[in-house]
Amino acid sequence: MPSVSMVVNGRQVSGEVEGRTLLVEFLREQLRMTGTHVGCDTSQCGACVVHVNGESVKSCSIFAMAASGAEVATIEGVANADGTLSVLQQAFQDHHGLQCGFCTPGMVMSAADLLKINPNPSETEVREWLEGNICRCTGYHNIVKAILSAAATLRGEAVAAE
Amino acid sequence: MYDFQYVKPANLYDAVAAMGSEDAQALSGGQTLTPTMKQRLAQPGTLVDLTGVPELKGIEVGPDSVTIKAATRHVEVERSAELRAAIPALVELASRIGDPQVRNRGTIGGSVANNDPSACYPAAVMALDGVVVTNNREISASDFFQGVYATALEENEIVTAVRFRRPDSASYQKFVQPASRFALTGVFLAKFGPEARVAVTGASENGVFRHAGLEQALSASFTAAAADPVAVSADGMIQDLHGTPAYRAHLIKVMTKRAVQACGG
Repeated sequence: MPSVSMVVNGRQVSGEVEGRTLLVEFLREQLRMTGTHVGCDTSQCGACVVHVNGESVKSCSIFAMAASGAEVATIEGVANADGTLSVLQQAFQDHHGLQCGFCTPGMVMSAADLLKINPNPSETEVREWLEGNICRCTGYHNIVKAILSAAATLRGEAVAAE
Repeated sequence: MYDFQYVKPANLYDAVAAMGSEDAQALSGGQTLTPTMKQRLAQPGTLVDLTGVPELKGIEVGPDSVTIKAATRHVEVERSAELRAAIPALVELASRIGDPQVRNRGTIGGSVANNDPSACYPAAVMALDGVVVTNNREISASDFFQGVYATALEENEIVTAVRFRRPDSASYQKFVQPASRFALTGVFLAKFGPEARVAVTGASENGVFRHAGLEQALSASFTAAAADPVAVSADGMIQDLHGTPAYRAHLIKVMTKRAVQACGG
């Protein structure tokens, strides 16, 4: 089998994969990093969103071989070094931006990409950005609130807790 | 998904050579092909990943035309200031394909080579008098698109770029099918001097097409009202759970009128 290597959350990793091995399968089944979820497996739901070379992508629709040599970031790398939640993760908790939590890793990775590109998004821009992330619990309201709140915090603005 | 051999050539010559392997299939962003393979609707022996070929990347804006290389991703079209200045309708089109993650992977070459009957780019290629460039020839839009998922591409032939003529004005109006974000019906209108070109996607059972009646009416008078008396037949329109042929025929006219208004007509 061909071998593949890449950097995941700053750590050099490698493994043997088949051509058909998806990036999400490599992450979950070989690296045992199960924070990245598989929801629909048809590139609709966004539970599997990770960053490849700094951009959010659906890891169920990329072959592991295609990410060879790439820098991959997953939900496992989002928390602060001391184990405390990142601003974005904390905002999801504070605003009740999750219920069952299944979509949350993808939501957080997708939102992190948005805030990198657009540190001051409008509510409409947040909602449009989440087009490819499906949540069946929250109705999105609190997810949007969490992202807007995190954006404000990251810009250095004082945010009132709910 | 059936297994296959994955190859990632570093230049166009090697890519064309790799396409000569048995049951080879070109892979670009993979946002359509990967799900298709999961459903076992495609089972290539070799997947030739074109995203590492430098000759297939980039956007060139000239005085009369714009060339987008095949492996250019939707996100790159969406964020190109140069392109936005030249053909803003094309940038708008790219910015509404799929979702941000799909746009971070999907490419223009993949979209036109696949020729999904509801894809956005084929309408732009038809309306903007486009040319599909391959590794060995140039194919005009009307010759390239040959029906649902069918194109003029030969075995082993790779789309290398798409070239568009710069219009005086243009607009793409997409009525979105909300679950898939594909066009339930989309109309790309382009105006070159007095000539109006109207290309329709998502509506016909034969894939993307130009509507002669609407073009004639709008070339005579570039106003939304000029589209009103034009008969848009429901014959050959797609019937599915999202809409009837008559509904799609109606949408063609509505989207066309919106496009005319967006162009200031």
